[in-house]
Amino acid sequence: MNAKRADKIATAVLYVMSGIIVLILALLLFYILFNGVPHISWHFLTAPAESFQKGGGIGVQLFNSFYLLFLSMLISTPISIWAGIYLSEYAKPNRLTNIVRTSIEVLSSLPSVVVGLFGFLVFAVQAGFGFSILSGALALTVFNLPLLTRNVEDSLRSVAFTQREAGLSLGLSRWETVIHVVLPEALPGIITGMILSAGRVFGEAAALIYTAGQSAPALDFTNWNPFYIASPLNPMRPAETLAVHIWKINSEGIIPDATAVSAGASAVLIIAVLLFNILARLIGNKVYKRSTGL
Amino acid sequence: MAEDKIRESLLKESKASKREKHGKILSYSAIILIVVVVVSIFLFVATRGIATFTVNKGSIIDFFTKSQWNPGATDKGGHPLIGALPMIVGSFAVTVLSAIVATPFAIAAAIYMVEISPRRGYKILQPVIELLVGIPSVVYGFVGLSVVVPFIRNHFGGTGFGILAGTLVLFVMILPTATSMSVDALRAVPRYYREASLALGATRWQTIYKVVLRAAVPGIMTAVIFGMSRAFGEALAVQMVIGNATLLPQNLVSPASTLTSILTMGMGNSVMGSVSNNALWSLALLLLLMSLLFNILVHRISKKGALH
Repeated sequence: MNAKRADKIATAVLYVMSGIIVLILALLLFYILFNGVPHISWHFLTAPAESFQKGGGIGVQLFNSFYLLFLSMLISTPISIWAGIYLSEYAKPNRLTNIVRTSIEVLSSLPSVVVGLFGFLVFAVQAGFGFSILSGALALTVFNLPLLTRNVEDSLRSVAFTQREAGLSLGLSRWETVIHVVLPEALPGIITGMILSAGRVFGEAAALIYTAGQSAPALDFTNWNPFYIASPLNPMRPAETLAVHIWKINSEGIIPDATAVSAGASAVLIIAVLLFNILARLIGNKVYKRSTGL
Repeated sequence: MAEDKIRESLLKESKASKREKHGKILSYSAIILIVVVVVSIFLFVATRGIATFTVNKGSIIDFFTKSQWNPGATDKGGHPLIGALPMIVGSFAVTVLSAIVATPFAIAAAIYMVEISPRRGYKILQPVIELLVGIPSVVYGFVGLSVVVPFIRNHFGGTGFGILAGTLVLFVMILPTATSMSVDALRAVPRYYREASLALGATRWQTIYKVVLRAAVPGIMTAVIFGMSRAFGEALAVQMVIGNATLLPQNLVSPASTLTSILTMGMGNSVMGSVSNNALWSLALLLLLMSLLFNILVHRISKKGALH
């Protein structure tokens, strides 16, 4: 075959295959939004779920998802920043650094179901937290730490070395230089990474079914005392999240409108993830513009 | 008096060095925490998983070769029935098949984004890939359950649940991982490779096929293995479409199971410390070891194949 013709055919094939990928995403989004959005209403977003009848909402699950996300970010943010600072500022090329890097790599490739089972064993059973938001948040922290840490490290590394020299020459200690000079400079990148990982955590279910549990007891939204058992803020109550809810009503649920509820809930999840993505992209672009002066 | 004060302030630890010490302690404890977590994951899962064979006298050969999974019951010799072969076969089948389907698409998309049209690649394909990563796995499972499974039932027979449904769902799920890593692999090929080839009169496709792809083979293999590792560990989406029957799959549309699907189904229904529970932990241990193996493979390949 003529080389030019082969070139044309190959190019056409590449166009078609890339087009198929775009088509798959378009169909996926269309299917979920087309089936799900009509079910979204104020009632659907706020009403508690039904176990046997139709017409239930996702109010409690939605709140649980956000609360769990908030708590796990609260725990994992400082740890990942400290660990990221070690890796980018203090790490010497020695054995300890090697072990740390390998650990992070292994942790980031662990299946989330294994992380969930570990959380079940350690936080829910051994530590006695039971199926609770606290167990769930800790499991999500384990799941989230490696990616966040790597993101912090990369963001810190992208800050010019002259910035550090400037800080040190002013008599600041290394730590002060990092906290007051390098970190603020790297902050936009860190925030972008955190928002993206928030989207990931928001949709995670496998790590949660045996840590935060699969039941969503009714909440009393008038009592915000965290020690009250039905308080939304109580971290020791079992809390089924939106993603877990979709899984549960599809695999063992008996509500008659399971398809409708999961379509609506999937649409809410997708919209949330889309928003997280857009937000991260906006911040990323802003940073890019600021740092390149374009 | 004044001398003493100066002396004291010079000998005392300064504020800055105190802060430095505190900061160092914080960052060291954070990384030690991470290492401890990883080590304890392995320790906890391993002790539970090995108990099946040491405490409950399960046979490790049965585990890998027999296909009867009923850990609560025992065979004639008093050993629990822990034949995990159906799950192992199921896991490998969906992993390998989905990788076979996804690889050509991932490579094609990567070539498109790097070689053919970087601008459109960045504007269209990049966000598409990012969105595909972002879609939660339960949503993939739900779409699989309500679109893929009925489609297979109507066109290929059977219940629709099975390896084929699992493969199709996983194909879409690992596609973004494999694509974005293939993109990195192609980008790492130095520009002068392409220039040299084009200068020799090769067409764009000849350059891609005979030069760029060959140079990027290790990177693309890493991408595929990463995708496979994700497919192997994926739990809920697969569990929703595979049928969860602990039988050796007869064909692509007969209900089957994977390690992860039996784990998620079973863990809630067994009592801690019982034989059935320990057997599940053995599955988790196998999952853990496989993920470690994928990691080691990736390391080996990237070390061997690094571009000079």
